[in-house]
Amino acid sequence: MSFLITATVAYLIYLVLTIGGSAVLLWNRAELVIGAVCAVAAGALLKNRFIGKNLRMLNPARWFAFLVYLFPFFFAMAKANIDVAYRVITGRINPAIVKINPNLKNDLSLTILANSITLTPGTLSVDVDEKTNELYVHWINIDPKVLKDMPRDYHPICDSFPDWARRIAE
Amino acid sequence: MGVLNTISYVFIGIGLFFNLVGVIGLHRFPDMYTRLHAATKCTTFGSIFIITAVIVQSAGIWALEGAYPSQSVMCIHAVLALVALLVTNATGAHAMARAAHRSGEKPAKAVVDDLQEKEND
Repeated sequence: MSFLITATVAYLIYLVLTIGGSAVLLWNRAELVIGAVCAVAAGALLKNRFIGKNLRMLNPARWFAFLVYLFPFFFAMAKANIDVAYRVITGRINPAIVKINPNLKNDLSLTILANSITLTPGTLSVDVDEKTNELYVHWINIDPKVLKDMPRDYHPICDSFPDWARRIAE
Repeated sequence: MGVLNTISYVFIGIGLFFNLVGVIGLHRFPDMYTRLHAATKCTTFGSIFIITAVIVQSAGIWALEGAYPSQSVMCIHAVLALVALLVTNATGAHAMARAAHRSGEKPAKAVVDDLQEKEND
């Protein structure tokens, strides 16, 4: 099963990259054959590495959630970019590294969250505590309110991103 | 074609503005981490807009003038470049920040540094 999924994904990526012929739909015949051979080889070599033990990302609802997530994410990214542009021009920064606990359980959701935090300007995930799944985030302009209590409130940093990561990957 | 060109120019303008902000930030900010913010994030956002302009332009020609192989190839490869940029940029920025902190680089003017406390325990 994992061999089949890996080979299919590899073949799809190959097909997307080689669009441009016209013999069979959008591809040349030679491309289709070579792609199939390479996809089978890649699937045989990487079947234990590409996906782990669980197959929950096969559920199309999760991919739909991911596509919906792109909209609030892009909005947050644009807002934060304008904020950082303002800080670049005025030089008003107040940096800190804070620890947040987003309560996520598996690696994939934590990766999605960490990458979202890094892609949003103003916040940058520096390190992860693999035992407790806590993230260390460098924050360019810290909100003094989060300094009061030790399990820091993650809402000023990443808003509702942990909920989306949970919806997509848990 | 006029509308498509206008949209492309507006996107390229926004993209260049954010890339410019990234370059200014690289020279203004005091330390490694804040420079990473300017250099990786602003330029990613700027590049998203520039690539979107390429996609709009090539997809427009592809749709208006029918089957046109070179434009379709350019459109699809631009989309793939966008995805690759988003994934690798976040990972690269994270790797640089982690390496800097491990080698003892302190965040300048930092109010609080939880990671430092963890390493001292």
